[in-house]
Amino acid sequence: MDAVLGQLFAGLSLGSVLLLAALGLALTFGQMGVINMAHGEFMMAGAYTAYVAQNVIADAGVALILAIPLGFVVGGVMGVVLEATLIRRMYLRPLDTLLVTWGVALILQQVARDVFGAPNVDVRAPSWLSGSVDLGITQVPAARLFILGLAVVAVTGLALVLTKTALGRRIRAVVQNRDLAETAGVSTRATDRLTFFIGSGLAGIAGVALTLLGSTGPTLGSNYIVDAFLVVVAGGVGQIKGTVIAAFGLGLLQAGIEYSTTASLAKVAVFALVVVFLQARPQGIFSVRTRSLA
Amino acid sequence: MNADYLELSDVRVTFDGFVAVDGVTMTVPRGDLRFLIGPNGAGKTTLVDAITGLAPATGSALFGRTELLGRKVHRIVRLGIGRTFQTATVFENLTVLQNLDIAAGAGRGPLTLLRRRSSVPAEVEEALETVGLVDVRDKPAGVLPHGQKQWLEIGMLIVQNARVLLLDEPVAGMSAQERADTGELLRRIGAERTVVVVEHDMDFMRCFADSVTVLHAGKVLSEGTVAQVQADPRVQEVYLGTAAEVGA
Amino acid sequence: MRRELGALIGFAVGALALLVLAPALLSDFRLSLLGKFVCYAIVAVGIGLAWGRGGMLTLGQGVFFGLGAYVMAMHLKLADAGPSGVPDFMKLYGSGEVPGWWEPFRSPVVTVIGVIAIPSLVALGLGAAVFRRRVRGAYFAILSQALAAAFAILLVGQHATIGGTNGLNGFRSFFGFALYDPVNKRMLFYIAASTLLVVLAIAWQLYRSRFGELLMAVRDQEERVRFLGYDPANIKIVAYVVAAAMAGVAGALFVPIVGIISPASVGVVPSIAFLIGVAIGGRSTLFGPAVGAIVVAWAQTTLSESFPSFWIYFQGALFLLVVAFLPSGLSTVASLRRRTREAT
Ligand SMILES: Nc1ncnc2c1ncn2[C@@H]1O[C@H](COP(=O)(O)OP(=O)(O)O)[C@@H](O)[C@H]1O
Ligand SMILES: [Mg+2]
Repeated sequence: MDAVLGQLFAGLSLGSVLLLAALGLALTFGQMGVINMAHGEFMMAGAYTAYVAQNVIADAGVALILAIPLGFVVGGVMGVVLEATLIRRMYLRPLDTLLVTWGVALILQQVARDVFGAPNVDVRAPSWLSGSVDLGITQVPAARLFILGLAVVAVTGLALVLTKTALGRRIRAVVQNRDLAETAGVSTRATDRLTFFIGSGLAGIAGVALTLLGSTGPTLGSNYIVDAFLVVVAGGVGQIKGTVIAAFGLGLLQAGIEYSTTASLAKVAVFALVVVFLQARPQGIFSVRTRSLA
Repeated sequence: MNADYLELSDVRVTFDGFVAVDGVTMTVPRGDLRFLIGPNGAGKTTLVDAITGLAPATGSALFGRTELLGRKVHRIVRLGIGRTFQTATVFENLTVLQNLDIAAGAGRGPLTLLRRRSSVPAEVEEALETVGLVDVRDKPAGVLPHGQKQWLEIGMLIVQNARVLLLDEPVAGMSAQERADTGELLRRIGAERTVVVVEHDMDFMRCFADSVTVLHAGKVLSEGTVAQVQADPRVQEVYLGTAAEVGA
Repeated sequence: MRRELGALIGFAVGALALLVLAPALLSDFRLSLLGKFVCYAIVAVGIGLAWGRGGMLTLGQGVFFGLGAYVMAMHLKLADAGPSGVPDFMKLYGSGEVPGWWEPFRSPVVTVIGVIAIPSLVALGLGAAVFRRRVRGAYFAILSQALAAAFAILLVGQHATIGGTNGLNGFRSFFGFALYDPVNKRMLFYIAASTLLVVLAIAWQLYRSRFGELLMAVRDQEERVRFLGYDPANIKIVAYVVAAAMAGVAGALFVPIVGIISPASVGVVPSIAFLIGVAIGGRSTLFGPAVGAIVVAWAQTTLSESFPSFWIYFQGALFLLVVAFLPSGLSTVASLRRRTREAT
């Protein structure tokens, strides 16, 4: 019983990490149809932000709490710069954007190597996150519980922005019909930029969270990015709930299969299951209906 | 060949609860040049989508004795149903000849496909004549003016052996001369085929239509000859206040 | 007609450079290095077919390359194993018993068939699953990349049976020919170079056939092709499978030439790295991808030895600049020059 609960929590925890990594990706992919391969490197930047914060501020807890908004801003600014310099010019060639941003990712990784050194660095978890928490039925690591909470906050925050603010309405309008939104007076350019800021900022937050789970290195983001993309594909674009379901679904699946086989076989099985799932729903769990071709 | 007609009964298309085509029943015999008119949003394009397998529909669409609904897009095409789109869609990077050759080739076996085109197939040659594109046969389709692109599309339907042609606003954006030419072209090819033309242009309709079906809010409002339809008070009512004036 | 002539001249130049000049001018070491680049070029021709002509951005060619390579490596390990019939690393790390799925590859015939058939079948399976359901564009790219990730992870996890992170290495002979013998190593180069020419000839025939026209039509307007009565999925599947088979053959040649295959050569990063040469050479041209792949691999070897950090920046910048600003690769420059010449 305990083992099952433990595995269940492991799945939820993995799901929350995937969710943090994929949330911003789903937002920018949904809005612009471009795949940003440098998203993982924005996560990496968020992680190094936490590292720098800790070197400046002695108290690990304060540093972590500060690093979250800082990571958001760092990731967001990087995203806006990328959008304004490159992605903006390439809207008509979404697949090429994927390769261009891959080039950016390579460069950013090397920058990290040259600045922080190739070996991984460690961010200390604050004392209140290093133990485990007794949930009555089972013990869970506090850091993982914290990340789960962070993911919930991030999703709720994003949902509120999308549904309750003028910006959110503009974003949803552009996702559903870019041309129509434009003729209706929505500045798609400004909306794109803000979307990219938020999406990339979320990557930064994800990076900060990842420092609690392991050490930080230049390829931190690329370790998660493929799974994050799978979440986006399985979840479909245009609706947050698809991403949420897909992230936790894949997390639980991975943990569940891992329980009976090995981690590597579980990865392969999860991939196969996603392909099978797309047979039933090629557009992912949810998709915004648009009229194509005709 | 008697079975060469299109018979729709109670065709219905629903998008998330919104009924775009609401039980359309109509029959188009061979040799008829049928115009499908109606205000914007009436469901004309969606009806064509339904017949060609692009929009999921209920009811029945018979071509002869064959049910079309529920089949895959390319299967429906192979049964002899061809369509064009509101915006001309030809292969811009390929030449006019290559466009027609591809259209003619859906039935080709793998071996033919893996060989080079050594000569121009007779039906392609013929279609080039029919649609009047002989002079530009080696030009990339992308550089053709709008009118010629639409003719190329019609030519592609001819070589792909379409028995039923569903044309979605073929003369939109054409000059008066091009419209007249297109009309003549449709008359010529329509003689032994079933042709349905979705159109907004009333002058064009008056000149070339054999019969007319008026669609409104997904339903057939009126059907008959041009004169009959124009005299129908319900049609006049629907068009009242819209730009197109049927009774004029 | 001029096109034909151009292609024939290209083949003549390629054959001269690879089969005559390179062996005459290069040292054994350099020639073997060029042999490795030729393997990359074979992969690149396939990518040109799938991506350049077919519009399928395949970020997982490393999988097919790896499948071909591992099949060949398994055969070589078994052939080297001696009387016990058990490859050395299995005695060290494993149970000392050969797993059942290794056994077929004792046969040279099964191996050669497997090198082509196994990647083709995997591509057929994935292709049929995704293209028939109209999963395409970025979705397909992501799935192909996830496949590469899953494949590499799978290999890393199998230490005792497939060498784990170390991969398979230390081959002594190739179908009975000793690999330390320089004559045989030269022979391997000739085999690889001829294979590249054959693969290019196959691509040429595909491009000038009706299939080639159809493939481009699918790339540019898939839905329109459907309305001509074709199932575009079939056309894409054929191109994807051929590209996979090419990668498999390349992998199989890579193994004896380089002497090692490991997960590091088949995962996400090497898979995407295959694309840069194709992008530079001109993704939809016949010779561009192969030439681009060789030039990039050569540049990488030269630059990364002396300036490892600079090479990464350079590679990143290449991706960025070439794809963003020269979408047809350097062949754009060539055709621009031709056009200006014709105009004057
Ligand atoms: N894919 C779709 N999803 C939702 N509504 C649609 C879709 N396609 C068409 N509609 C709606 O169906 C109605 C009919 O559209 P359409 O057939 O294009 O009209 P017409 O061609 O007569 O102008 C319109 O109100 C349109 O908004
Ligand atoms: Mg319409």
